[in-house]
Amino acid sequence: MSHYEAPIREPIILGDKTYHDISNDIAAPIEGKANTWWWVVFSIASFALLWGIGAIAYTIGTGIGVWGLNNKINWAWDITNFVWWVGIGHAGTLISAVLLLFRQKWRMGINRSAEAMTIFAVIQAAIFPVIHMGRVWNAYWVMPIPNQFGSLWTNFNSPLLWDVFAISTYLSVSLVFWYTGLLPDFAMIRDRATKPFQKKIYSLLSFGWSGTAKDWQRFEEVSLVLAGLATPLVLSVHTIVSFDFATSVIPGWHSTIYPPYFVAGAVFSGFAMVQTLLIIMRKVSNLEDYITKLHIENMNKVILVTGGIVMVAYLSEFFVGWYSGSSYEDFTYLSVGAATGPYWWAFWALILCNGVFPQLLWFKKLRTNFTVSFIMSIIINIGMWFERFDIIVINLSRGHLPSTWAQFSPTFVDVGIYLGTIGFFFVLFLLYARTFPVVAQAEVKSILKASGDGYKRARDNK
Amino acid sequence: MSNKVIQAMYDDDDVLLTAVKQTREENHQIEEVYTPFPVHGLDKAMGLKGTRIAITSFIYGVIGFAFAVWMLNYMMIVDWPQNIGGKPNFSFAENMPAFVPILFELTVFFAAHLMVITFYMRSKIWPFQTASNPDPRTTDDKFVMEVTMDGNEDQLSDFLKQTGAIELKVTEKK
Repeated sequence: MSHYEAPIREPIILGDKTYHDISNDIAAPIEGKANTWWWVVFSIASFALLWGIGAIAYTIGTGIGVWGLNNKINWAWDITNFVWWVGIGHAGTLISAVLLLFRQKWRMGINRSAEAMTIFAVIQAAIFPVIHMGRVWNAYWVMPIPNQFGSLWTNFNSPLLWDVFAISTYLSVSLVFWYTGLLPDFAMIRDRATKPFQKKIYSLLSFGWSGTAKDWQRFEEVSLVLAGLATPLVLSVHTIVSFDFATSVIPGWHSTIYPPYFVAGAVFSGFAMVQTLLIIMRKVSNLEDYITKLHIENMNKVILVTGGIVMVAYLSEFFVGWYSGSSYEDFTYLSVGAATGPYWWAFWALILCNGVFPQLLWFKKLRTNFTVSFIMSIIINIGMWFERFDIIVINLSRGHLPSTWAQFSPTFVDVGIYLGTIGFFFVLFLLYARTFPVVAQAEVKSILKASGDGYKRARDNK
Repeated sequence: MSNKVIQAMYDDDDVLLTAVKQTREENHQIEEVYTPFPVHGLDKAMGLKGTRIAITSFIYGVIGFAFAVWMLNYMMIVDWPQNIGGKPNFSFAENMPAFVPILFELTVFFAAHLMVITFYMRSKIWPFQTASNPDPRTTDDKFVMEVTMDGNEDQLSDFLKQTGAIELKVTEKK
């Protein structure tokens, strides 16, 4: 039997599903009406977005002096939030590309939403460097285009410009990867739509997908090659983000382990955000049969591994800083000076949220528990925000000249922009959850006979 | 002869796969097969050639890499060399380590996007394109095999019914 799968493997799709049931389940959130909770959360998110737009408008109108930056701490929440969002945006492509190469079938239940989350998170990330330029209308200067300044080109030696190329490549490739996968699913919605307007919209979105044998052959090849391209790409993005710090000469930033450590941290925080969203989504959109305990547990395992890598990186940073014997290394973000200095709370928030609490996931009982996983994902999201805050603010708050030492306190504009991006993210995700097929149903159908609960049971009982 | 085809609908991918094999053994011409999801082994059973889209991606990647080399050399070395942190600005080879990220990103950018555009063009999928699947159920849970009508209609219908078709429809192919 070609669909055979070892009985020891847990089913990925629960219940006695047929192909038609899958279509119904995935189309249900799109065809149904939003409940009150959706509107409540959507309203709050929209309000936060409006608040953020106001804060951004104030920043652009007055200048970035309205932020809490000072002479010593000239990067703070903006870059913290930028790195935080880019990091979150690493899980989606990791799930759909790396897990595709490793032939992990459980990715099919979650890849669509994880990739949507990636795209929305990278959009939030892109906001910060752009508004930090001050003169937003000149943002196109980062592109190497012929110009009127004696054709003064961009500086390709600068990690900040590498970032521009890395993030725009990552965003655009993730977008086409996501969209190509969406075509058959849009076509499914299109072909069952009854309202003429809905039919028109989904016809447009599906690009006239018909599902011929040749189309599918190319589709699978394109997915595989895109996965092969996206895998090094996803690793390169956070590597290059880490170069923003690692190529500088600031104590605490100038570190050779930054690239792998940042990539692991990005996957760690990205999976945490996927957990946060999907644990809610599986309930709200009735996807409990597609996003199962197995998915949550597997993601928790990835969190445990990447969290372990991050912890080892912290320990080696701490050790090397201490072992250097340099007094300047005693105020880097992982040092005795940081643990006992004015930013002790940020230091310990990092250690507790990223290092200590995630160790609870070693227990199978805890990592298969939805409530624990949800709380853990929030803790990790907070911890990873503190990691970037610590790297940027603690390292900058002290320097070689003690008279310059300073503290950072955010203004309401800093806070407003941050909340605004969170609001924007949720606005996009909530709209997505009601208009897009949130599970890659065509892919799920292709593994139904091998990994569906009903089929597995029928086969094993024979 | 007319362009008449007979559309046989199946409700299971395994039945479809056997039907495709039997139809080809009986020397009937399969025009097209529409499926709601990728049925593995279908392209081989139909005798489709492998796709060359991965090769195009490689070529696009090489083009992207070459473009990046040309662009970086022209902008940073030839047109306006600048002294940035003492990095060598007179020789591409010596300045190259700083260009590796851009070389990589542009290679991936070209390889990924041009391949996807090629896929869309070759499979004729783009905005405002109308779908060609014969029945709306083929994106849900049904599979349709289109067979050219050659000779006796009843004979072919009987044969297709035997292979497990649940519905048959004779239409004119445009």
